[in-house]
Amino acid sequence: MNAITEHGVYWLCIALMMTGLYIVISRDHLVKKIMGLNIFQVSVIMLYVTMAKISGGTAPILQAQGSESGEAVYSNPLPHVLMLTAIVVGVATTALGLALVVRIQLAYGTVEEDEIVRMDREDPE
Amino acid sequence: MSEHYPVLLVVLPLLAAPICLLLRHGTASRILAVLVAWTCLAMALEVLNQVTSGENISYMLGGWAAPYGIEYRVDALNAYLLVIVSVIASVVLPFGETSSDLTVRTGSLYLYHAAFLLCFCGLMGIAVTGDLFNVFVFLEVSSLASYALIGLGKGRRALRAAFSYLVMGTIGGTFFLIGVGLLYQKTGTLNMADLAVRVRELTDAGVGLRSVIAAFAFLVTGVSIKLAVFPLHQWLPNAYTHAPAKVSAFLAATATKVSFYLLLRVLFGIFGAAFVFGTLRLHVLLVPLSILAMFSCSLAAIYQRDIKRMLAYSSIAQIGYMTLGLSTNTELGLTGSIAHLFNHALTKGGLFLVVACVAFRLQSTKLEDWSGIGRRMPWTMAAFVVGGLSLIGVPGTVGFVSKWYLVLGALDAEWLPVAILILFSSLLAVVYVWRVVEIAWFREPPDDVEIKDAPLSLLLPTWILIGGTVFFGLYTEITIEVARKAAGLLLGVAP
Repeated sequence: MNAITEHGVYWLCIALMMTGLYIVISRDHLVKKIMGLNIFQVSVIMLYVTMAKISGGTAPILQAQGSESGEAVYSNPLPHVLMLTAIVVGVATTALGLALVVRIQLAYGTVEEDEIVRMDREDPE
Repeated sequence: MSEHYPVLLVVLPLLAAPICLLLRHGTASRILAVLVAWTCLAMALEVLNQVTSGENISYMLGGWAAPYGIEYRVDALNAYLLVIVSVIASVVLPFGETSSDLTVRTGSLYLYHAAFLLCFCGLMGIAVTGDLFNVFVFLEVSSLASYALIGLGKGRRALRAAFSYLVMGTIGGTFFLIGVGLLYQKTGTLNMADLAVRVRELTDAGVGLRSVIAAFAFLVTGVSIKLAVFPLHQWLPNAYTHAPAKVSAFLAATATKVSFYLLLRVLFGIFGAAFVFGTLRLHVLLVPLSILAMFSCSLAAIYQRDIKRMLAYSSIAQIGYMTLGLSTNTELGLTGSIAHLFNHALTKGGLFLVVACVAFRLQSTKLEDWSGIGRRMPWTMAAFVVGGLSLIGVPGTVGFVSKWYLVLGALDAEWLPVAILILFSSLLAVVYVWRVVEIAWFREPPDDVEIKDAPLSLLLPTWILIGGTVFFGLYTEITIEVARKAAGLLLGVAP
C-alpha cells in the first residue's frame, strides 16, 4: 500500500505507458497504432515532468531582493526543456506516420493491418 | 577553422537539407548533397588525423562549460565512425541514376536529397556528441529521415515496411528516452563523461542500484531495437528489401553501425565493463543471442529468393558477430568488433550497390532472374564475388581480419566452443554466397534479352567500396591500429 501511495504519479505513468504499448501491439488499425504510440510518448513526457517538479517549487526566475521571505524553492527547468524537444519529436513521428497511413490507404485501399498482410500474401509480386 | 570541425560535421548537412528544399531542383540539390558529403569526409579525415596523432577533441557548444553545456567529444572510436559514415555517404550519393527505383516524381527529387542529408546529419550527430539527450535527438532525426527514405521504395510493400519500422523505431527511441530520464534522475547530469564518473560512484557504493539497472535495461533495449539485435530484428529484412537500392546500401552500411557504436558507448563508456559484465553478467544473455543470430539468420539467408532480403538477413548475422565480440570483454574481441564494424560497412555497402547495379539493368532482385547475369555483367558480378568472399571471411579480404580478431578474442576469454561456432557459422555464409555465384555465373543466360554491363557511374562507386575490402584486407595495420586504440579507450578509464 505504501509503495502505491508514495509513488502515485509513477504508477500513473506506468499505467499510461502500458496502455499505449498495448494499443500499438493489439490494434490492427494503423491510425490506432499511431494513437497508441502517442500515448506511450506522452507517458514519458509525464515521467520527466514529474521528476522535475518539487511541491511548492516555482519557476526558476530570480526573485527581486526582499520580495520573498526565506528561501525560494525552484523546480528543475531542465527536464521541462528536454520535453519540449521530445514533444517536437513526437509531433514529427505522428505526422510522418499519418502521411504513411494516407499513402498505404491509397495503395491498398485499407488501413487494417491484417487485411494488408493478407493482400501482400496473395499478391505474388 | 579546424577547431570547429566537430560541430560543422553536423551543422553542414543540417543546413544543406532546407537549402535543398529551397532549390526545388533535383540535379542542383544533388550536387549540393554530394558537395556536403565530400566536405564532411575531408573534415572527418582531418578530425581522425588530429585524434590519432594527439589529444581527444572536446568542443563546447556556445562556449558553455562541459557538464552544463552540450559537449561534442571526439576520441579514436568516434573519429573512426565519422569517417565510415561520411565515406559511405560520399560514395553512395553521386551514384548513378537516382530516380530509377524511387516512387518520387523526377520533379520532386530534391525532397529525397533533403531526407538523405537529414539522415546523414543524424548519424554524424550520434557519432560526435558527448551528451546523452543529444544522442536521443539525433537518433530520432536519423530514424525519421530513414522511415521517409524507405517509404520511397517502389511498390506498396515499401510503405508497410516503413510503417512497421516507424512503430518499432519509435518504441526503441522512447525506451532510450526513458533510460536517459532515469539516469538523469539518479545522477543529475546528461554529459556522458560526467555520467560515467557518477554512475560508477553509484554502482561502487551499491546505492540506488534498482534505478540504475532499470535505466540500463531501457537504454540497452532501446539501442538493441535500433541495432536489430536478434530477436528484435523483425523490422530490418522488410525495410532493407523494399527500400530503394541506394538507400538500402547507405542504411545497411551506416545506420546499424552507428547504433552499434551507441551500444558500445552505453555499455563501456557510461556503465563500465566491470558493472555490465561483472555485476549484471550481460554476456550470459548476449552470447547465446549473438550465436542464435549468427546461425538462424545465416540459415534464413540461405532460403531467401530475393537477394536484397538475403543480404538483410546476412546483416543481422553480422551484427551477431559484433555483439559477440563485445561480450567477450577482452581487448582482442573488442578490437575485432570495432574492426568488423568498419569492414562490414564496406562489404555490405558494396554488395548492396552491386544489387543496385543489377536492378538498374534487370529491374529485378529475384534470384531466379539473375541466371547467367555474370556473363552479361561481368564487372558487376565480379564485385559481388569479391564482396561475398569478404562476407565469408576469406584471407586477403577485410572479413578475414575482423573474424580473426573475433576468434582470438573468444579464445582469450577461454570460450573455445564459441570460437569454433564463429568458424562454423562462416561456412553458412559460403552457402548463401555460393548460391548467388552459382546462378549468376554457371547458369545459361536467357537468350532473348540482351543486357549490357552497368554504366561506369554505377560501377565506379561499387568498386571503390569493394576495392576497399581488398585494400584494407591486405594493409590491415591501418584499421586494426585505430580499432585497437578505440578498444583500449573503452576498456580503460572513463571515455
